[in-house]
Amino acid sequence: MAEPLIRMTNIRKSYGRVQALVDANFHVNEREIVGLLGDNGAGKSTLIKVLSGAVPLTSGDIFVRGRKVNFRSTSDAIAEGIETIYQDSALVTQLSIARNLFLGREPIRPPRFLNRMDQQAMNTVARDLLKQVGISKNIPPTTPIGSLSGGERQAVAIARAMHFDSDLIILDEPTNNLGVAETQGVLSFVRSARDSGHSCIFIAHNIHHVFQVVDRIVVMRRGKVVADDIDPKKTTVAEVERIITGMSDKEIREAIAEGSRPHG
Amino acid sequence: MENRSFIQSFVGRPEFGPLVLLIVELVVFWTINPDFLSPQNISNILAFTVELGLIALAMTLLMTSGEFDLSVGSLFGFSPVLMWTLFNGGVTSLGMGFAIALVVAALIGLVNGWFVTRLKIPSFLVTLGMLLVVRGTALFVTDGFPQRTWSAEGSWLAEVLVGDFYIGPFRIYASLFWFIGAAIVLGYVLTQSRTGNWIQAAGGNPNAARARGVNVSRVKAGLFVLSAVMASLAGVISSLRTSAANPNSGTGYELEVIAMVVIGGTALTGGRGTIIGTVLGILILRVMRNGIVLIGVPGLAYNIFIGAIILGMMALHSWLERRHQAGT
Repeated sequence: MAEPLIRMTNIRKSYGRVQALVDANFHVNEREIVGLLGDNGAGKSTLIKVLSGAVPLTSGDIFVRGRKVNFRSTSDAIAEGIETIYQDSALVTQLSIARNLFLGREPIRPPRFLNRMDQQAMNTVARDLLKQVGISKNIPPTTPIGSLSGGERQAVAIARAMHFDSDLIILDEPTNNLGVAETQGVLSFVRSARDSGHSCIFIAHNIHHVFQVVDRIVVMRRGKVVADDIDPKKTTVAEVERIITGMSDKEIREAIAEGSRPHG
Repeated sequence: MENRSFIQSFVGRPEFGPLVLLIVELVVFWTINPDFLSPQNISNILAFTVELGLIALAMTLLMTSGEFDLSVGSLFGFSPVLMWTLFNGGVTSLGMGFAIALVVAALIGLVNGWFVTRLKIPSFLVTLGMLLVVRGTALFVTDGFPQRTWSAEGSWLAEVLVGDFYIGPFRIYASLFWFIGAAIVLGYVLTQSRTGNWIQAAGGNPNAARARGVNVSRVKAGLFVLSAVMASLAGVISSLRTSAANPNSGTGYELEVIAMVVIGGTALTGGRGTIIGTVLGILILRVMRNGIVLIGVPGLAYNIFIGAIILGMMALHSWLERRHQAGT
């Protein structure tokens, strides 16, 4: 099998004496949407924080396309094409849509020493992107994020990840606090992200949302990846729930085996 | 929103409230005492206004990034004392003393920034501590006595910073042009440059800014340096103009400067700032101080009016903010 886009091997992360991750192994293939599930405290967030450079790992290796990488900060991860979209925290509410889209990577108008942003170009790109991610309402790109709805904000964050050609977009609880229509919007952005060649990690408490979009489900429990090859098309929600809540390894294997059998 | 008429968007701007207040002030004072708008009085107001104004401009950027600096008043007093002590002691020329004072101020700003960004101590505590350290140093070095300053007359430094001349009946100090220049440059930085975008992001949502690769700590530390240097520059300008270097001067300026900035519409909590608003805020407070005396209100009552203006403007800004959020 070809080398996956992201491979994390034997990841350990301890906070003092608390072991948040215990030899976790995880991978994401090219053009794949992975659903990451697990109960509270299972280690999902820690795994994602390690992968996005937000916290340093205690031991273990991360490979991007087979090349070992060392993330010291979120900018290192962004430079490797890993973009994380956290619920709410990813945008500056006081700034406009366009200024948020380009935050940290603002285009500069020559001459460079004046350090002047090319606001016209920013607004033009922002307007196109908003259409692409399905915001059909005519929202000017100079609107501050604070006046947008939760779904529109997610759309802006996803648009940003798509525009800067991130290979992997990590969505941490993207459908929390969203209305039904907005949730459908976010889910369809995720599908279109895959269609345009991006991979995604999708973390959500709502298993039904996960089932609607992902190609593969990974389950974590107590800092370990306990199942990493669940096919949502061949498994039921109830079976996955049983794996999340935890059983012996034997029971898990049985559950997976049961799940991969064709349903009558 | 793009179709909103010019008037509507003008009224909706955060600078609109302060502008109206300034105009009301001018009209009221002028009606009660026509001398208020005499060339001599206007020249008087401007002379000191720009000195506090230089600090307020830098403070606007710092507050937009979510921090503030209480040590500016003490630097305002300390820097001229340092410059004159070096010069009077025959250690350096006046120009070199000025340069050293600015460098020391920059280092103090850097220490402020280091404490706030590295040790994660709130800027209120850090700069309060620095206020005492700097003021204490100024008092200790001088034994509490003002420094000799008479020998500044005619030096190139005095000419460049506070050289005065008449435009018609108006007596203008060179410091006015330093102020205008600083307002234009900092206004440009805040609204047009990419640094400005980072400053606003650092104040609005530092975690989001950091996640986008913006070096929030460096932005904030840089602004602490800017604020310290501007306070130092303002202190030297004031000292050269009035031929005085009192270790106690500048006491309480930090609060007046912060009041100017928030009256202008910059958010105390960061994320939103306006240089135009700050210029209006500076004028509002200085005109108020001057006008109150001219129309015969006891000068001691000044603070009552300042307090009332701050409360009133805060109420207005919060109302505008809520209406703005709900309206779109």
